[in-house]
Amino acid sequence: MSEQKVLVSVQHLKKYFPVGKKQTLKAVDDVTFDIYKGETLGLVGESGCGKSTLGRTIIGLYPPTDGHVVFDGQVMDGKQSAAVHKEFTRRVQMVFQDPYASLNPRMKVMDIVAEGIDNHGLAKSRKERDQMVIDLLNTVGLQQEHANRFPHEFSGGQRQRVGIARALALNPDFIIADEPISALDVSIQAQVINLFQDLQKERGLTYLFIAHDLSMIKHISDRVGVMYLGSLVELTTSDEIFDHPLHPYTQAMFSAIPLADPELENNRKRIMLHGSIPSPVNLGPGCRFAGRCPYATDRCRTESPAFKEVAPGHFVACHQVN
Amino acid sequence: MNAKENNINANIPQELFVPVQVDQSERERISRPSLTAWQDGWLRLKQNKAAVVSLFIIIVIVAMALLAPIFSPYDFAQTDYSAIYQGPSAAHLFGTDGFGRDQFTRIWYGTRISLLIGFVAACLDLFVGVTYGAVSALLGGKVDAIMQRIIEVLVGIPHLIIVILLMMVLPAGVGTIIVALAITGWVNMARLVRARILQLKGQEFVMAAQVLGTSQKNIILRHLIPNTVGVIVINAMFTIPSAIFTEAFLSFIGIGLSEPKASLGVLINNGYAVLQNSPYLLICPAIVIILIMVCFSILGDGLRDALDPRMSK
Ligand SMILES: Nc1ncnc2c1ncn2[C@@H]1O[C@H](COP(=O)(O)OP(=O)(O)OP(=O)(O)O)[C@@H](O)[C@H]1O
Ligand code: SF4
Ligand SMILES: [Mg+2]
Repeated sequence: MSEQKVLVSVQHLKKYFPVGKKQTLKAVDDVTFDIYKGETLGLVGESGCGKSTLGRTIIGLYPPTDGHVVFDGQVMDGKQSAAVHKEFTRRVQMVFQDPYASLNPRMKVMDIVAEGIDNHGLAKSRKERDQMVIDLLNTVGLQQEHANRFPHEFSGGQRQRVGIARALALNPDFIIADEPISALDVSIQAQVINLFQDLQKERGLTYLFIAHDLSMIKHISDRVGVMYLGSLVELTTSDEIFDHPLHPYTQAMFSAIPLADPELENNRKRIMLHGSIPSPVNLGPGCRFAGRCPYATDRCRTESPAFKEVAPGHFVACHQVN
Repeated sequence: MNAKENNINANIPQELFVPVQVDQSERERISRPSLTAWQDGWLRLKQNKAAVVSLFIIIVIVAMALLAPIFSPYDFAQTDYSAIYQGPSAAHLFGTDGFGRDQFTRIWYGTRISLLIGFVAACLDLFVGVTYGAVSALLGGKVDAIMQRIIEVLVGIPHLIIVILLMMVLPAGVGTIIVALAITGWVNMARLVRARILQLKGQEFVMAAQVLGTSQKNIILRHLIPNTVGVIVINAMFTIPSAIFTEAFLSFIGIGLSEPKASLGVLINNGYAVLQNSPYLLICPAIVIILIMVCFSILGDGLRDALDPRMSK
């Protein structure tokens, strides 16, 4: 792991949204982590914990409140040159959650997929552009005749593959996939997941894969990060986080997954969490999980735990874990 | 394992079991012919009988308004005191009024004026309303807040008061009515367009375009505008009858067009005065205006159902 090259480094990234008068919603609060070249980093967490906001802030859709992203050695802090920014736009792409909302209903698939090619002037002629689109459609398992159709004529799985083809058009190195399968039928989910994995093998892609289906995350990810209320609470390899979760929140979350082995399943202890997720608006000091944590102490309520490496490659933010 | 299974195996040789060839490309095929969203909308509109009938009636009325005054042997203002208050006859299809003017010619001439007012109001809606709404939504922030406050003030003052005050200041005529309608008429359009663009701006396909490096100009031209056209067309369909109605109402209360000019409202007003003796002078223009109002409303409804993407499967 240590000799691997860091492709994306997220440093103290914060994204606050103003809500009402003088209130702020800390959707992403001081998140720091690295993504290595060629890996899949899974990001899990309850709905509303800020996963999408983190992904969108990394790619620059939302300007960060504080902190920045370092991509392949280049600091992307809003002060980078236009050329550097353009190169970042080409090399970092996104696949969206809702296959119905992520394709413009008034554009043909040909123009949807070619949008990035046109913006970056990647094709020299109209013919070359069209051929590139057809090749991309073939890559994701669609045919040439699909190019002249409109999004409403496709099924959800086909649309999601059009979205993937659109992201691939720029030949990116890093793709942020924001719950790309959660809106699809279970029968098509595996097909799309396999497509993601095949593309990674062929093109050496790096993924930040956002999801809340834990078994799917285990299947696809090399490492997994767990988010709670805007912060990263634990980050380690996929095996480690499933076998030895350290953070109380991660433990509770993973204790809820049914096990395949009936013997183990019978002995499985579910850790029940009490209380509901607090509002991310105007949070007080201390650990964000303190209200629901079975191990919470007074220290937890006043001092917020640092995100530190407790074992090689295993990061946790908790006072009780050392 | 049991006797029954063995029996089946014995009767059907193993070689007959061949895997079904599933052609992957066949599975991905879409059998429906390729249609644009507009063609799709047209197909759905055609299934709506009421909307098709309305469209047909509107076309007939527009054609009559354009052609009838030209081909009629009478002029709309030509008086004939030897033939006043005549009932419908072969010479005067809809009869004549108190000045002996041919009611048939006057009705289609009046329809022409009424339609003109409706279409001009719709065009002003398009220019002022669409621009205002789009600018407000696209710039956002403080500009948006100020522009919305202005709209709220305009909405707060009753429409009719503004119109009546204007009519007192400006000379009576078609131009004044159009100005009066334009001052407040665009507000609805501006609000709808703004709401639509704000909704679109948060949609994932606009984010996808930003991520792909599409310029702000192209995001507006390729993504925002084409997806707002439906809302604009539908709202314009409702603007036309409401402008025609406002004009008719103003003429009816006596502050609209003045003689010898005629609009449907003026004709109804004149007819109302002689309702007892010559009811046809009221009934004919009333039927035309009712047809216009009802048909545009039904067509607008039909277009909304046909073009609104939320309704499409
Ligand atoms: N543009 C915005 N303005 C204000 N608040 C926002 C905005 N976008 C997100 N939020 C808030 O930030 C928090 C995090 O939202 P986010 O969409 O990132 O969560 P998520 O983890 O992706 O959830 P889900 O699993 O439901 O997609 C939520 O409380 C949300 O209401
Ligand atoms: S810091 Fe305290 S409250 Fe937070 S997770 Fe650890 S033990 Fe629980
Ligand atoms: Mg999300």
